[in-house]
Amino acid sequence: MESSRRSFLKIAGISALGLGAKPVLDVMASSGEAAKPETIRDPKALLAKRWGMVIDTRKLQTEEDLKPMIDICNKIHNIPHFENHLHEIKWIWSEEFENDFPMQEADFLDDRLKHMPFLTLCNHCNVPPCVRVCPTKATFKREDGIVMMDYHRCIGCRFCMAACPYGSRSFNFRDPRPFIKKLYTGYPTRTKGVVEKCDFCAERLAVGEIPACVEVSKGAIAFGDLDDLNSEVRKLLRDNYAIRRKPALGTGPSVFYIV
Amino acid sequence: MSNNKKMYDKGKVIAGLCIFLILITFPFWYNLGKAAPAPKLTLTAKAKAAKQCVLPTQTMKADHMQLLNEWRDSVVRDAKRIYVSSDGKEYHMALTNTCLDCHGARAEFCTKCHDYASVTPYCWDCHIDPKEVK
Repeated sequence: MESSRRSFLKIAGISALGLGAKPVLDVMASSGEAAKPETIRDPKALLAKRWGMVIDTRKLQTEEDLKPMIDICNKIHNIPHFENHLHEIKWIWSEEFENDFPMQEADFLDDRLKHMPFLTLCNHCNVPPCVRVCPTKATFKREDGIVMMDYHRCIGCRFCMAACPYGSRSFNFRDPRPFIKKLYTGYPTRTKGVVEKCDFCAERLAVGEIPACVEVSKGAIAFGDLDDLNSEVRKLLRDNYAIRRKPALGTGPSVFYIV
Repeated sequence: MSNNKKMYDKGKVIAGLCIFLILITFPFWYNLGKAAPAPKLTLTAKAKAAKQCVLPTQTMKADHMQLLNEWRDSVVRDAKRIYVSSDGKEYHMALTNTCLDCHGARAEFCTKCHDYASVTPYCWDCHIDPKEVK
């Protein structure tokens, strides 16, 4: 049987068209059946426009006062403890005034402030420099103002650590798991080679609980919506003088300290 | 001109081809009959009672990795942590506390097949199997 190239191409073309049409028809035939699965928010979740924190340092005078907050955070987020301070992982820790508030020191700072420990954590900046530099969008700012990390995506380049002016980020130089005193099964650990930091207990907010450090602070820390005029944090800020860390950098920290 | 189809070095070429064929098929006949049996999964009593996972079993077998990726993005990026399946049931999207809660130890459920398929996902570098915690 003789067949020209032309007729072969014709038949091949029509066959290809026929094969291509089948999946399209299948999709059309199956549309409008069972309900599609969907993902939703927990109705109990706490929502805000811009989460913020006000720490009343008058109620947190000594390391002893800070301990419960630091301990609970370390426990429920599986923070490892390394003897070598170069490997240290910190989400929330204590710092002296001169380290937390450089350029805001008065010449003759009063004794109470000078040697008092300040509770220090990620500021969840309004204009977060760490988010700008992250090459993989592993760090991002949520709509409610929380600066979040997606550990799955972090490639460990540590640009964010260089960008953060507050030292709020830590890098896992080693596998953290063997250095966690007691594994808490409600939260994952991290792995070697990723950066981590405080996330305002996003996992607790999602199920309607306030951050753990706020819960155990006996009222020394207030947490709420900075965009809501009637929120507890805004009321505290209206009635008290509060400072923020390195305000001149323009990062707009969401953590305030009443001094 | 009639001798044009003569093959040079016939012996060497054919012997070489034979050796080549034997070498390249070596993995096939070396492993002949040694195929590991496909692992049999035993469902926990809890999983059996539930009858169906979040999606039909066949879909879960084939596409659970895509589903887990979607769950991860939804939880981490959008703060949406509840999955409503097509039959209206709600599930918390959590590897440890939902998947493993029903399916039991990961060594029994995940690793068996992953070893067989020779894949090494790194889920458990961070996520915790409560049964492995001392």
